[in-house]
Amino acid sequence: MSDPGASEHGASIAEQAAELGLHRVGARENFFRYLVITWQRRDFIWHMAQFRMSASFSSNRLGMAWLVLQPIFDALVYGLIFGLLQGNNRPPDYPARVVVGVFLFSFFRGSLTKGAKSVISKRSLVQSLAFPRITLPFAVVLQELLSALPAWGLLFVIMPIMGHFPNLRWLEIFPVFLLSVLFNTGVALIAARATVHLEDMSELLPLISRILFFTSGVLFDVSAIFDKWPQVVIAFDFHPIYQMVQLARHALMGIAVDPAYWIYFSAFSVLVFVAGLWFFWSAEERYGR
Amino acid sequence: MAAKELVIDPQRRPVVIVDKLHVKYRAFSSGKAVQKIPGRSLLTRKRGIRTVHALKGVSLVAYQNESIGIIGANGSGKSTLMRAITGLLTPAAGAVYAQTRPNMLGVGAALIPDLSGEHNIILGGLALGMTLAEITARRDEIVGFAELEEFIDLPMRTYSSGMQARLKFAIATVQQHEILIIDEALNVGDARFRIRSEDRIKEIRDNAGTIFLVSHRMNSILDTCSRTIWINKGTVMMDGDTEEVVAAYTEWRKPAA
Repeated sequence: MSDPGASEHGASIAEQAAELGLHRVGARENFFRYLVITWQRRDFIWHMAQFRMSASFSSNRLGMAWLVLQPIFDALVYGLIFGLLQGNNRPPDYPARVVVGVFLFSFFRGSLTKGAKSVISKRSLVQSLAFPRITLPFAVVLQELLSALPAWGLLFVIMPIMGHFPNLRWLEIFPVFLLSVLFNTGVALIAARATVHLEDMSELLPLISRILFFTSGVLFDVSAIFDKWPQVVIAFDFHPIYQMVQLARHALMGIAVDPAYWIYFSAFSVLVFVAGLWFFWSAEERYGR
Repeated sequence: MAAKELVIDPQRRPVVIVDKLHVKYRAFSSGKAVQKIPGRSLLTRKRGIRTVHALKGVSLVAYQNESIGIIGANGSGKSTLMRAITGLLTPAAGAVYAQTRPNMLGVGAALIPDLSGEHNIILGGLALGMTLAEITARRDEIVGFAELEEFIDLPMRTYSSGMQARLKFAIATVQQHEILIIDEALNVGDARFRIRSEDRIKEIRDNAGTIFLVSHRMNSILDTCSRTIWINKGTVMMDGDTEEVVAAYTEWRKPAA
């Protein structure tokens, strides 16, 4: 931007432009201004999410019913296979555990893998219109959230069938949902930018999400499986996805959890969310190149 | 290449200043054009990356109420220049200054083929930065200009390419733009729609807008633009009165006999 040659002829072009009231185009907004502009685009985010969701089901005969059928089939298949494999290591109340775990995990998986592609798959849009790019991962996470809601609602029906009846403790599920939205949004933002730098990430992330699925205690009782390795059990006390799943099971099924999980998972979710915002914003000028 | 010092006419109101703009692309390449790079490996990511120097020091000043034609051969850097002016590409060197952020007339990428025209109007309008209230208020105008009254509830993928182009143009031009960039958008549709869209462009220009029109159709450049810039291989070959520049370009473009 500095222009040593022009200074000999009086004001540089940059100075003349500033005097005429012209601003440099494409300069990144500061962080808080960026968040304000993004908030002003909330209708765009909402309609992108809503329209994309309805478009994605428009040609299916069962349409939106897949939003509940998919997680039910997931829970059935994984629950059966892992239930048989674990034999006597199966934790008590196994079916209810699996249903809660699978239903919560699928929102995380969607946010991670689809969030990662949210910017690179919209390259032509990014190259033709100016808007805060963060609206793209936001819309994807919102779409995943909207897709998760029917399954979450179904939990309130399935749990009584499995012998867990509504009580006041059930209200604790709502902060778990809220924190998982924050956490998953942060994860999606980080993945979205990382994939812009290294497109191979979009191939790698489905694998990572599968590994996380099998290692987050979605399908087994951590303390029973790892009772020979107490260090591993301790490590799970700092595993945010495990905490999310356990807190949800605590709310709906009354499983005992360390109350400190609330503090850990809250802190972790807020931290990942804020870090994700910052990380995504700081590369704003790079997207679409 | 003697870089001319940019002169700003003090009598007129400049709205866009492009100052010694350089833009470079990095892209993976493959095939015969890849040079052998010593020590290439996966980790150093040197394999087949080529840097394309798309713009090499472009300078220009655009003033209020001007409509400027941009011409040049394919791959000369016209579209790159336009994208840099809208701030969608980050310059490698130099800068672009503008009174308000220039808009590109392109909303197609925001639309979803599976959605109805109706929903795509909402989505496209929001992508352009309009509010829901503005879109609702001007919905009939958009549908009318696109002449899609009977089909607006059908998914966009069922439209012919001309119908899609009309819808995109109608959404993108419903707002008054202060600085508008039109890249090849006038080459679509039938003759009747072409005339109406050229009228729309003139209307925007007459309402104190500044327009950049990229086109290979010299007739639409001659009809709409008072000034024309000829870009060749990333540099400005000529900048001046449309008729002179178009004449020189047409002469240059003739195949050698």
